Amino acid sequence: MQSAVNRIALKSILHKEVHRFMRIWVQTLVPPAITISLYFVIFGSLIGSRIGEMGGFDYMSFIVPGLIMMSVITNSYSNVASSFFSAKWQRNVEEMLVAPVPNWVIVAGYVGGGMIRGMLVGLIVTIISLLFVDLQIHNVWVIIATVCLTSAVFSLGGLINAIFANSFDDISIIPTFILTPLTYLGGVFYSISLLPEFWQGVSQINPIVYMVNAFRYGFLGISDVSLVAAFSVLLAFIVVLFTIAMTLITKGIGLRT
Amino acid sequence: MQYALEISQLEKVYKGGFQALKGIDLKVKQGDFFALLGPNGAGKSTTIGIITSLVNKTKGKVSVFGHDIDKELEQAKSFLGLVPQEFNFNQFESLLTILINQAGYYGVNRKIALERAEIHLKQLELWDKRNDSARMLSGGMKRRLMIARALMHQPKVLILDEPTAGVDIELRRSMWTFLRKINKQGITIILTTHYLEEAEMLCRNIAIIDNGLIVENTDMKSLLATLDKETIILDIKTDKTVVDLKEFDSRRVDDHTLEVDVKKCQNLNQVFTQLTAQNVTVRSMRNKSNRLEELFVRLVNKEKNATTNVEPVGTI
Repeated sequence: MQSAVNRIALKSILHKEVHRFMRIWVQTLVPPAITISLYFVIFGSLIGSRIGEMGGFDYMSFIVPGLIMMSVITNSYSNVASSFFSAKWQRNVEEMLVAPVPNWVIVAGYVGGGMIRGMLVGLIVTIISLLFVDLQIHNVWVIIATVCLTSAVFSLGGLINAIFANSFDDISIIPTFILTPLTYLGGVFYSISLLPEFWQGVSQINPIVYMVNAFRYGFLGISDVSLVAAFSVLLAFIVVLFTIAMTLITKGIGLRT
Repeated sequence: MQYALEISQLEKVYKGGFQALKGIDLKVKQGDFFALLGPNGAGKSTTIGIITSLVNKTKGKVSVFGHDIDKELEQAKSFLGLVPQEFNFNQFESLLTILINQAGYYGVNRKIALERAEIHLKQLELWDKRNDSARMLSGGMKRRLMIARALMHQPKVLILDEPTAGVDIELRRSMWTFLRKINKQGITIILTTHYLEEAEMLCRNIAIIDNGLIVENTDMKSLLATLDKETIILDIKTDKTVVDLKEFDSRRVDDHTLEVDVKKCQNLNQVFTQLTAQNVTVRSMRNKSNRLEELFVRLVNKEKNATTNVEPVGTI
């Protein structure tokens, strides 16, 4: 009985979340498509043609998986952060808090919504990339697994950010000061093997390096890190962030007085 | 007797040390229309917040139809419907979307939710607005939307936190009719309001909370019976400058208005007899203030005086 209630509740949250970002598609789906197109034109076609090969592939083919992953990361994070914070700010999160919805369903619903947006944007960006490059696929299962797990990690991150946030400024601090630098230094535009040994070591503690490289492996069959390490990092982050999110919601941090 | 709500020794201390509830006990019978009254900041909304799990309690027990919120929170929640004091729906969603989503959180599937949404929106005269964005509604419509939303999962207990605040009198009366109707259908209603006339007209039982404590908890009739004096305002017609009422305290407010204090042991017939004898015509009469209002002010002031009369610890 409760499982049927949970299933319908989860479906409702997912439906609400997808409906939200589809309703404002000009704000949620179009900007990443334009931004990534500019990356393809500037870094890929204009500058990339002068860089030559990287990892045995032309520069454009090398950066495409990283750019797709970058848009997945950014959109998964910002979808949950802004949606959950808006629900807190408008107090309509109370609709869920007073209902018999278990906390894990709330977490799963919001994270699911973030994953769907992240992957939808990833798909749009992938389609755009086909205008610039002949995309090859080395292992489709690695691509699917990496994109699912990565979008889950950053959706959870966005949720935790929104739980702590007290103003709209608070949900832009982490993306601006942490997420963007980590993404740019996460091997989207270069192979970390090009870095001096010290900085290669430093890059190993950047989780985005593992996500970008696993994703790139799925397309090109090359990676700076092992797949086992990449999936272990992803799963470890999911477990830790899910536990944190559950603890925060159960304690009512930022939600209950 | 099954209680819809049982609260025992409920305490709440907010961060910073403010104690909003100081160990309250409350029982609401199944099918009751119950008023929870108190001045601003008395602890009404905190109590409601704890019952609906929007506020974490510090101490005490709360059960909804026998389900302890500490042990069976989900079951307890499934019986409750909440109409909060402030608008807390997504202002950018349509009315239908808001209702269907809310039903979904309680496990009501979309098809049934659509049927119920139609019933409630029609009953509350919002059906024409069903596809409008909620932010386009007037204040009264938003209040009705929150009532419709709270009913989507067919709760056994409906908690209304000042549902008629800022609502015009015509709409307020139609909401009273609606609430009476759903109460007759078996829904237990717990109401907080600042309109004491509303509580007197609708509610059978009452608790008055002040400064985190229950200062009165009884049935409405018994409470009103404790009122030992009522002030009646008479609209009179007379040429006399002085109207003398023996055994009654009375005041001539102006040429046409006479205020008379009528004690419990007295009756109005004596007033009319004396006025007729003096050739004074009574054109109309009304109570100076609502009876419950008088008692409320008295009870709350009594509590306030008791508090202020306590010597601070450490003083001589």
